[in-house]
Amino acid sequence: MNQLRILIVDDSSVMRKIVERSLRQAGLDLVEVHEAANGSEALNLLGQHQVDLILSDINMPVMDGLEFVKQVQATSASNAPVVMITTEGSESNVMQALSLGAKGYIRKPFTADQVKEHVLPIVER
Amino acid sequence: MTTMDCSATAPVVDRAAWKTLLELSAQEVFEMMLACRITPLTDAETPEITDYTAMVGLAGKLCGVLSVRCSHRAALLVTAKMLAIPLEEVEDGCWDALGELANMIAGNFKAKLSGVGSSCLLSVPTVITGADYQTHSLANGDAIRAAMEFETLPMWITLELHN
Repeated sequence: MNQLRILIVDDSSVMRKIVERSLRQAGLDLVEVHEAANGSEALNLLGQHQVDLILSDINMPVMDGLEFVKQVQATSASNAPVVMITTEGSESNVMQALSLGAKGYIRKPFTADQVKEHVLPIVER
Repeated sequence: MTTMDCSATAPVVDRAAWKTLLELSAQEVFEMMLACRITPLTDAETPEITDYTAMVGLAGKLCGVLSVRCSHRAALLVTAKMLAIPLEEVEDGCWDALGELANMIAGNFKAKLSGVGSSCLLSVPTVITGADYQTHSLANGDAIRAAMEFETLPMWITLELHN
């Protein structure tokens, strides 16, 4: 597995830590972990750092995950695949995120095995 | 921006079935995110005041508020287990952990209701902390209450619905 630089976007710092831990448990070698509390902060970070994978919540204040994905695509802020992490799994806004360019989604609550199942195929592409 | 209409046709409330679903939703969240089991408590009345109240609004086919209430001790334990750290290492973030907990229980619950999942949105969680407050809901419909035992401590999960 290649070393990965990742960006985790979630308004909950607890959830950001859980996502990072789950990715490490899934066997990913994370060499850089950047965190943002909303889409706007995430876009700023993408202007300063290159990343290989982005995991983003949908339901966030300031700029939600859908607008964030849209902005990433519109501004070419990053070529990294975006995986949505949300309580809204398999529903309309997840479908919207996928149509906007997200590469997959993980539904909360999740286990480390589920993170592995959803993320590995994307980072191995 | 997505909007949801609270006047959309709401599902018929089956209190007993919904209580079971609420308990199951909470149990799944605790098992998957905290790696621990919680069990329903019988005859545990919801107290007027708890140290923490985390609330998530629901809008769409299902309109109302889901709240999770607990003591400071229980909130510390939730945070420690979510982060997989010893209890002594929990500094702050209890409110954050409780908010996420409520959010996931609400999301899991609505996903289990047939035909509701995609027609109901959740708000960003709000968490109230302290010992001198009361919450007053303007919900005018059914209320489903589930008391759960978490590491010998009670937690109260309530879904208050708007008609």
